[in-house]
Order: sequence, then structure tokens, then C-alpha cells
Amino acid sequence: MTLPLILYRSLRQHALSTLVTAGSIALAVGLLMVVWMVKAQSQRAFVETSTGFDAVLGARGSRLQLVLNAIFHLEASPGNISAADFEQIRRHPAVKAAIPLAVGDNYRGYRIVGTQEELFTKVEYARGRRYVVQPGGRVFAGAAHEALVGSFAAERLGLRVGDTFQPYHGLIFDPKSQHEEVYTVVGILEPTNTPADRVLWIPLAGIQNMKGHDPKFATDLSAVLLQLRTPQAGFMLDMMYNRQGNRLTFAYPVGAIVANLFGKIGWFDRVLALVAYLVAFVAAGSVLASIYASMSARRRDLAIFRALGARRHTLFTAVVAEAAVIGALGAAAGFVVYGALLMGVARIIRAQTGVALDVFAGHPVLWIAPVAMVALCALGGVIPAIKAYRVPVAETLAPTS
Amino acid sequence: MLTITDLRKSFPSPEAGGRPVEIVRVARFELAAGQQFGLRGESGSGKTTFLHLIAGLLAADAGRIDFDGVDVAALGEAARDRLRAERMGYIFQTFNLLQGYTVLENVLLGMSFGGGRMDRDHARALLERVGLGTRLHHFPRQLSTGQQQRVAVARALANRPRLVLADEPTGNLDRRRGQEALALIREACAEAGAALLLVSHDPEVLGQFSAVRDFAELNRPAAPGAA
Ligand SMILES: Nc1ncnc2c1ncn2[C@@H]1O[C@H](COP(=O)(O)OP(=O)(O)O)[C@@H](O)[C@H]1O
Ligand SMILES: [Mg+2]
Repeated sequence: MTLPLILYRSLRQHALSTLVTAGSIALAVGLLMVVWMVKAQSQRAFVETSTGFDAVLGARGSRLQLVLNAIFHLEASPGNISAADFEQIRRHPAVKAAIPLAVGDNYRGYRIVGTQEELFTKVEYARGRRYVVQPGGRVFAGAAHEALVGSFAAERLGLRVGDTFQPYHGLIFDPKSQHEEVYTVVGILEPTNTPADRVLWIPLAGIQNMKGHDPKFATDLSAVLLQLRTPQAGFMLDMMYNRQGNRLTFAYPVGAIVANLFGKIGWFDRVLALVAYLVAFVAAGSVLASIYASMSARRRDLAIFRALGARRHTLFTAVVAEAAVIGALGAAAGFVVYGALLMGVARIIRAQTGVALDVFAGHPVLWIAPVAMVALCALGGVIPAIKAYRVPVAETLAPTS
Repeated sequence: MLTITDLRKSFPSPEAGGRPVEIVRVARFELAAGQQFGLRGESGSGKTTFLHLIAGLLAADAGRIDFDGVDVAALGEAARDRLRAERMGYIFQTFNLLQGYTVLENVLLGMSFGGGRMDRDHARALLERVGLGTRLHHFPRQLSTGQQQRVAVARALANRPRLVLADEPTGNLDRRRGQEALALIREACAEAGAALLLVSHDPEVLGQFSAVRDFAELNRPAAPGAA
């Protein structure tokens, strides 16, 4: 009972500095947890998304760009490939599945991608997962002006089964470049938490024959998604397209290319983590400073405690505990900061890439960061605690009159 | 209950070039259980130092302080703290109340450092006894000087001590209140069965005691430079 009373009174007496310090701790803990979660979650989401296809075949260019464009629906396509190239790879004995993609149009900023029904009926878009059409809808038919809309795009555009829309030309929304064709939504996909949720899917021929597109290239494709029968096939095709040929790029293996991307942008979350660590140390330092500052005001109290029979180590413990309690208050508030920040970041990532972070997923950082912060604060309390330990009773209590 | 033999304490003195100067040298002093004793002494004669030594707030240089069968002078600091927390009460001239704590909390803290539990009923009873039953949740600064003094008395008795040490407890009060406060301390100690050792430079205060001694008679430190 003694310790809680002393802690309570002490914190109350220095309420303002307690609040300010706990606030900066909350910021540090929240930031640390968000940085780690976003890193872990986005990596998981991106890697998971890229497990469905082994390779992407496209125009000569950067493999990363090819993968980003074909699988994550980001960036522009590096160029086109011909129908003949598609036929060739589709028939290759090492290829299990080949799904053509054609891009180049959008509807109010959401990409329209032309493809074949097989993508929704035959293949897994990620390991063990297939696209599912929401009840009341269906996959578009062969050459019809029909669309199957990703869940996020449907939600944002307010599209439902039976609604119609007119595509716009290009990947970037420009109100002046609307096509004449009218498409009817025949199905909405269940959420996949992948970039596909942001896509409006139409038949391949739809993009290819869109009025205003050059009829000369009407049979061209943007890329082909590939599932291979064996890993050896990948190396063989890599050799064939990338080393011997010079017209096309065979991006393989997709997983390694994505991992490589995370390696490249790793500096970004290292910088964020560094910022979070700095904030954490500043926060622990301010715990030290605020308790230390209140120490001289409390010298007399401490001497009185001693006169009442409190042992030195009891006072030492009380001061360290006070620092730890400030740390714990801050860490608890850190979860509020964490929740708010993560929701915000997740919403942005979702809107920008379609990748949904699992906001409620567990991660060791969610207990390591708060516990480490409390420990760091307790450590910050040690110096003032030593000062408390050393208060000379008789001298401090000698009447000054 | 309290027997002091050959107790000595020196402090380094700036006047003597930092060499130790003896402040306390008491050959023999005795106090019986429940006894009330007044010591009169000039300011600067070492009374406070003497009480600090008995309370174990200062370590003795030599000698024995037998209190309830233990030699306080031979104990380490932690053991002295425990002994003080469990069996002694101390009333300061300046009261030394904890300003950030309520009246009730001040008394509760007076009983809790010995490892005993915080007995709220006992604390309330004590505060009622000293006439502060309606001021339990006031802070010291909200009380008059006389009331603060009474909180200090209640706190000194909170751990049911065997011995209460009072260092000029009326020094900050006017004459009439001083007399009242003294009467209260003596009655409360008697009721609680605690012995009382009170030091003061005020002959009038000490008039109330049946047992009074001159501290100068008792305390005969070596003259500076003699050692
Ligand atoms: N910690 C200390 N260091 C040096 N000298 C001290 C210390 N405490 C007390 N003294 C000296 O001891 C003498 C007695 O002090 P004190 O016991 O407070 O006397 P009293 O209570 O009788 O007025 C004084 O001269 C004082 O200067
Ligand atoms: Mg004195």
C-alpha cells in the first residue's frame, strides 16, 4: 500500500511533466510498433500476393516493372507483346497456365485490365486462393462488353451488378478522354486483399478493340502471367528469352523479384525505425530529466520518509518504480497512437496499392516495444533514484530557522 | 528500556580546519518504559544530534544505545531504519509533514514503513484524539501551525511506538498553544504507553515535567583541540 500511495502522490504532484513525458513515450512506442507492423504486414501481403504465378512474360524492359505492372497493377507496362508470342509460350510444354493481360484504360482512376475468363475459373491467383465472384454475379463472357469488378474498386466507384460505365483512355484518369463503349457490370469479386481488388476486369478483346486504340496493334498484349510445371522450366525459359532472345523479358522467379524490391526499399523502414528509436531514447531521457528535476523538490519528502523508517532501498525502488509507471502509462497510450497511425497508414496503402494490412494481426513487437520502453524508463529512473538513495536525513531535516 | 553508555559523536568542523569536533559525549543516561523526561539545553549544545543518534538517523562513533534489548549503536543502517519504523516516533520542531499528502496519509505513512499494514481505523482514531477528526483529507498547508503540530503528534504515535523523541516540539508555537501542545503530547504518549524524551531550550516548557535534566550536565564533549 505504501508504494502505490507514494507513486500516486508523486505523479499527481508533477502531473504536467508526467503527462508530457508519458505523451512522448506514447509517440515513441506507437511509432515503433507501426513501423514494424507496416514493414512486416506489407512484406507479408506483397509476398503472398505474388505466390500465384511463377513468372511474367512481357516486352523487353525491367523485370521489376513487369512484375509491378502485371501482378500489382502499378506502374505502366514496359511495352506490348504480340499474339504470336503469347501463343508460343502458352503452348510451351513447360507452361502449366498462361493468362494474358492487356492494360491501357481506366475508369475514374481505377485500372481496367483485359484478360481471359480462365483467370477467374481455372487458376489460383495466390497459393491456395482463387477469385470468388460475390453471390448474384458471374464472370464476364468471352467478347461481350461486360466487366467483373474488384471489391475495392466497386465500393469506391459505387458500382453494382447491372450498372454500366464508359472507360477512359490511359492509366491516369482524364475526363476528356472517355471511350464510347459502354460496359455492364456482371459481377463483383469477393475481397482478396490484393491489388486485384482495385481492378475492373473485362474481356481481353475489349481492351484490344476499344475504339481509339490503334487497330494495327489490336491483337497485342501487355503481359502474360505464367504458372510453370517445374522450376527447371523457369531457368530454361529465362535462358531462352533473356539471354538468347532480345525482344522480350521473362521475369522469373516472381517471388525473388518482389523480395529484391523490399531489399531496395529497406532503407525507408530503417530510417523510420531509426526515427522511432531516437524518439524512444529522447522519451526515456525526458523521464530521467523530469524525475531528476522533481528530485530536489522532493529531497525533504525523501528525508522525512527516511525519518519515518523508510529504508534507502525502499526509496530507490519508489523512484525507479515511478519512472517505470510513467513508462507504462506512456506505453499504454502508445497503443492508441499505434491504432490511429496504423489505421491511417493501412488506409493509404489500401487506396494506393489495394494491399490490405491485417490491422489486428499479432506481432512480437507489440509486446517487445512496450516492455522495452518501460525497462528503458526504469533505467532512466536509476540516476535520480541513486540521488534519492543518498539523501542525508539528519542534514536535510535540520531546521533552517 | 533505554540505556545509553559512553555515547560519542563528532562532526568535522570547518572552524577546526575540517578536523572532527566532538558534539556528543554522554557517559550514562536511562529512561524507563513509559517514563516522560525533559532535557533542557542551550541552542547548539547537541540536543538534536543526541536524539538523531537514539533514533538511529545518525551512526554513533562509539558507545552503546540499548533500546528494548538491542544496541542501536551497533546496528547497520537498514536495521536502524527498521527499528525506528517499528518502535520509535519522532516529533520535529518544524513538524516535517509531507506537504503533498493529506493529513490521513501523513499518519498512514507513519505506520507503514516498518512493514506493518496501513491501519486506517487506528490513524483516524489518533487524529480524532488530537482533535483533527474533521481534517482528515486536508493538506498540511490548509492547516494552522497548531494543527500541523498535532498531525505530527498523531504521526509519531502511528506505529504504536515504545519511545517518542520530541525535538523542540513547541518551538514554532506561541506560549499558550505551546503549553496546550505539550499537554497533548504528554497525554497522548501516556495513553499510548510510549515513553517520551523531549528536548527544549525553553525552561517554561520543561516545567511540566517531573523529570528534567540539564543537557549540559549530561553531555560533556571534549573541548575542541583537546583530542
Ligand atoms: N552534520 C553536521 N556536520 C557538522 N556539524 C554539525 C552537524 N550537525 C550538527 N553539527 C554541529 O553540532 C552542534 C550541535 O548541533 P545540534 O545537535 O543541532 O544542537 P541543538 O539541537 O542543541 O541546537 C552544532 O554546533 C552544529 O553546528
Ligand atoms: Mg536542535
